[in-house]
Amino acid sequence: MKVLTGNDLKTGLVVWWNGQEWSRHVDDAVDAGDEANVILAREESARRVNAAYAIDATREADGSIRPAHIKDRVRALGPTVRPDLTMKPAEPEALNWVI
Amino acid sequence: MYLYDSYDQAMVDARVAEFRDQARRRLEGKLTEDQFKPLRLQNGLYLQLHAYMLRVAVPYGTLNSAQMHMLADIADKYDRGYGHFTTRQNIQYNWIKLEEAGDLLADLASVEMHAIQTSGNCIRNISSDHFAGAAADELVDPRPYAELLRQWSSFHPEFLHLPRKFKIAVIASDTDRAAMRLHDIGIQIVKNDAGEVGCAFYVGGGMGRTPMVAPLIKDFVPLDQLITYSEACLRVYNRYGRRDNKYKARIKILVHELGKDEYARQVEEEFAHLQSQGIEPPLAELARIATFFADPAFESGLSTELDRSNPDFALWADRNTHPHKQAGYISAVISLKPVGGIPGDASAEQMHTIADLAKEYSFDEMRVMHTQNIVLPHVKIADLHTLWAKLEAAGLGTPNLDTIEDIIACPGLDYCSLANARSIPVAQKIATRFAEKGRTAELGELKLKISGCINACGHHHAGHIGILGVDKKGTENYQLLLGGSEAQDTSLAKITGPGFDEDGIVDAVEKATDVYLAQRQQGERFLDTYRRIGMDPFKEALYG
Ligand code: HEM
Ligand code: SF4
Repeated sequence: MKVLTGNDLKTGLVVWWNGQEWSRHVDDAVDAGDEANVILAREESARRVNAAYAIDATREADGSIRPAHIKDRVRALGPTVRPDLTMKPAEPEALNWVI
Repeated sequence: MYLYDSYDQAMVDARVAEFRDQARRRLEGKLTEDQFKPLRLQNGLYLQLHAYMLRVAVPYGTLNSAQMHMLADIADKYDRGYGHFTTRQNIQYNWIKLEEAGDLLADLASVEMHAIQTSGNCIRNISSDHFAGAAADELVDPRPYAELLRQWSSFHPEFLHLPRKFKIAVIASDTDRAAMRLHDIGIQIVKNDAGEVGCAFYVGGGMGRTPMVAPLIKDFVPLDQLITYSEACLRVYNRYGRRDNKYKARIKILVHELGKDEYARQVEEEFAHLQSQGIEPPLAELARIATFFADPAFESGLSTELDRSNPDFALWADRNTHPHKQAGYISAVISLKPVGGIPGDASAEQMHTIADLAKEYSFDEMRVMHTQNIVLPHVKIADLHTLWAKLEAAGLGTPNLDTIEDIIACPGLDYCSLANARSIPVAQKIATRFAEKGRTAELGELKLKISGCINACGHHHAGHIGILGVDKKGTENYQLLLGGSEAQDTSLAKITGPGFDEDGIVDAVEKATDVYLAQRQQGERFLDTYRRIGMDPFKEALYG
């Protein structure tokens, strides 16, 4: 699937396109399909997102979303060396998902 | 240390106001990202993996306590309670919000700091010896010269759009502690046969994808021609440096392609022309700057005795100090490399502690090292034990300077959008492995440096052992390099062979150190043994 991601313009935080708006959670991401470029252009010019791009990802059996590239998995979770600052501070095993 | 005059302060304040306005226009949609990006980069604001990242300049690594307290406050107020000290003696924050960046820069300006020219194709922050003004072996304090160059290069209209970034280092001792010959221009303050002080110019060094050691271009430039000669070096580069190919745009490529003699000849020609233009500031200006770097009020007749009865203290004092030019004083190094920690990271609390200790024990001064540690330059030997006890209590007393635990690591894939692989976890695993096996001491001086990609921010080319993160079909892979140095015996490390995965690279480093221990002769460091026996025995152990 094609998933859209970028950074929030004001805060710089990583965000994912959930079909209506930009979510902080990768698992909210939806398949943008052929619409990717249209959505990206519209959202960039409306300043709801910054430096957005489309990536390949897969939907896992449990419904979670896994970006194909390790860089986007690091972006989705946070720095692996600071579990306390990641999106899942209470789940140290989440780090294995990145690798 | 240097204090801003009204011109300096006005320039920095004006820049803050200008940036505030640019950021406001971006947030209101009056600027697109394409328009805004070069503007924010001119103020050190990048967009990285998790948020905006701000790089703050620390001129030649020198800080006072008020500045360090402010860096800590900024970490708390605008970031997530920490900062990362870098190999160019600066500090980076990883979680900055665009909407707050203007306020942050205003806070910085209130302590005479800024983020100008910390990014982009301009002359970056000037780096220097972290023991400058304190080292027993220095000819003079190199910082007044670095400061003069800082003033010349700040907002220099001709050099704000160079073919590529430009980095200058200034040292004043024969021992190079600033990787001087791996800079675009490396300047060593020297004395000539007549006993006059001047500058030796090394031009065209650098790391990145094409590492090069800067050749000597001119062995003596009189002090009253320092700026004119620098200007000539830059002009030739600005005119002929390649703008068509980003990867060939650094001055090292120009010097290499022209040959050092031809480059030097062209610089001479430009220099002769510039000398008729009267651009050199009067020596009185250098003298004025130098007064800011006058020695603090050192006491004389102090004891030079060290009570070594506590073995933990003795170990720290042996490893983490450096001889001072003034009897009774010593420079103390605060390691930001706790075993298993993140190299170069400091929490706001630690920064406050370090600032307080500098105020109490080091005439209010600190230095950021390119090895990502902090120096208290002027500590009374008699105070060293008390200082150490306080550092220990704050978790800042790790005794590992210049050992295999004192690893330089770039932010890597944990933070950096250009990375291929993570650097920090590898550093953590290696330090932990050697510390747990108790092998740090027997290995002695061993400089290990890790970069997460070919840009070489972690100086892997210059490590006795270097590690480079590469992408192998979407997974992290690490190449091992041996034999680099960024000291006065600068050399570039060579790749051993095929790369390793994350655990494999830790084993590979251990195997390399086994070869060293088995083969070393009396007094040899890892680097010396490698230079004597060559790559083959290491290859044999790694891949045989
Ligand atoms: C995370 C943001 C960073 C980005 C985007 C970045 C980018 C780069 C790039 C593109 C280069 C290669 C330049 C060239 O060869 O032309 C480079 C070189 C370098 N960077 Fe960084 N870097 C970052 C962080 C750092 C950090 C944290 C440090 C210090 C730990 C650092 C220190 C250096 C040094 C020393 C070099 C080598 C200079 C040379 O090639 O002469 N950088 N960086
Ligand atoms: S070496 Fe590469 S990965 Fe490391 S900080 Fe520099 S650009 Fe990023």
